[in-house]
Amino acid sequence: MRFNALSVLRQGLAGNTGWRPHWRKPDPKPEYEMLIIGGGGHGLATAYYLAKNHGLTNIAVLEKGYLGGGSIGRNTTIVRANYFLPGNSEFYSHSLKLWEGLEADLNYNVMHSQRGLINIFHSDGQRDAAARRGNAMLAQGDDAILLGREEVREILPYLDYDQARFPIYGGLYHKRGGTARHDAVAWGYARGADQRGVDLIENCEVTGISVDAGRVTGVTTTRGQIKARKVGIVTAGRTSQVAAMAGLRLPIESHILQAFVTEGLKPCLDHVVTFGMGHFYISQSDKGGLVFGGDLDFYASYAARGNLPGVEQVMEAGMTLMPMIGRAKMLRSWGGIMDMTPDGSPIIDRTPIDGLYLDAGWCYGGFKAVPASGWCMAHLMATDQPHPVARRFRLDRFATGDLLDEEGTGSQHNLH
Amino acid sequence: MRLPCPCCGWRDLREFTYKGAADMLHRPALDDASGWDDHLHNRTNPAGETRDLWYHDPCGTWVCVTRDTVSHAVISGATLGEAR
Ligand SMILES: Cc1cc2nc3c(=O)[nH]c(=O)nc-3n(C[C@H](O)[C@H](O)[C@H](O)COP(=O)(O)OP(=O)(O)OC[C@H]3O[C@@H](n4cnc5c(N)ncnc54)[C@H](O)[C@@H]3O)c2cc1C
Ligand SMILES: [Zn+2]
Repeated sequence: MRFNALSVLRQGLAGNTGWRPHWRKPDPKPEYEMLIIGGGGHGLATAYYLAKNHGLTNIAVLEKGYLGGGSIGRNTTIVRANYFLPGNSEFYSHSLKLWEGLEADLNYNVMHSQRGLINIFHSDGQRDAAARRGNAMLAQGDDAILLGREEVREILPYLDYDQARFPIYGGLYHKRGGTARHDAVAWGYARGADQRGVDLIENCEVTGISVDAGRVTGVTTTRGQIKARKVGIVTAGRTSQVAAMAGLRLPIESHILQAFVTEGLKPCLDHVVTFGMGHFYISQSDKGGLVFGGDLDFYASYAARGNLPGVEQVMEAGMTLMPMIGRAKMLRSWGGIMDMTPDGSPIIDRTPIDGLYLDAGWCYGGFKAVPASGWCMAHLMATDQPHPVARRFRLDRFATGDLLDEEGTGSQHNLH
Repeated sequence: MRLPCPCCGWRDLREFTYKGAADMLHRPALDDASGWDDHLHNRTNPAGETRDLWYHDPCGTWVCVTRDTVSHAVISGATLGEAR
């Protein structure tokens, strides 16, 4: 089934009764060439690009719950390529280019909206840092514009320009930044992988990884044993537990990140805006709700819900930056589990066990990374070579000191 | 969430700063390079009962808290002397 204007029109006239499920529900086969553990954005994109770019279709994605039920369906959907460090810069640049062609490639409306992202800064020091970051983005071939205070006021008249404590000095404008519909990304990749022959197996929790003489041979699941010569761990917040099944101990600590949404409002916020003096970011969804979030709750957690101090901090930051949101009623809040690394950057690498690969450590920035992560993980699993734009996401970089500490906050998992 | 400080009793979460997993209580030998890599970066990261280190800002006590990372239940708190 392909979507096009005619099929949408026909279905509309026929009462939308003719749509078919977007993917099959196959039972697991006893053996596959490759297995992907985790049916989140990264796992599904990996399967899709293994099939599309490398012609490998004897593959299964094993998901313990339902597809898209993890962080891929819980995030605040910001997509951007404004990274500074070599290693991150080219990777996120590649990812944004894939986003720009994603809907045509998947024949799926992921509602990618390049509405522009503005990072507000509040001091001379922050302006210098923003100028430097903007230059790095331009050098990478992406877009950045340094705005002064009055230029920001023209675009975002509703910010609090009379703030004495955190005065607004200007903003870094990344026009190609924006948002997308998070779960549609999972569904689009799932459908694309399924159409190419990949088996997507839901309600199938991996409970063991079999290793023989240093080589992976398959996995044990709640739906039986499955053999494979290559296995990719793509389980985001649960990575430490899954890797421990193969005896690995990783540089990851799991933390909660909360998100919030208000009642639906008329269009009032046309961009993605971030506050430079506290972690706060906001956009308006197509349904009209203001979607926003802030910092981690800061302590290790696997609960997909946060505590009230985190809520309080985010609300205070929001009110400081744009007092107008005080009138909106908050509808819902929720949390997701973040796989935090000591430098805040991800890992796409082989492990010490032959045939076992790792794609993890996405911290709270893994949504924008989904296309490039899948692309690079597929490249790694198919060729055993790192993809050039992901070659610095090594597992051993903590031991060798080749850290990618984008924020410059030091080696502690919760500080990134 | 409220946490138990050995000096002050049960106090609001906002009075504490999280310092990381109690794995860090055990320091490797000075010349043990891979031990230091493990100490600084790798974590057991359990889903369930865990022990981690918190600093009670008002009184300056380091607390080793035993709690559950899935349910957010807090079980007990000890000074680092007791925890080691
Ligand atoms: C509140 C919040 C806001 C965020 N905002 C942004 C943002 O604005 N921009 C951005 O770029 N990123 C954002 N992120 C981060 C982003 O959502 C994550 O980094 C990314 O979704 C993680 O990768 P994933 O999609 O593969 O994870 P998931 O969707 O969590 O997928 C992992 C899957 O593995 C499965 N699994 C785990 N264990 C097993 C097992 N034993 N067997 C089988 N399956 C298993 C899980 O059930 C899950 O479905 C945010 C995250 C949160 C929670
Ligand atoms: Zn105290």
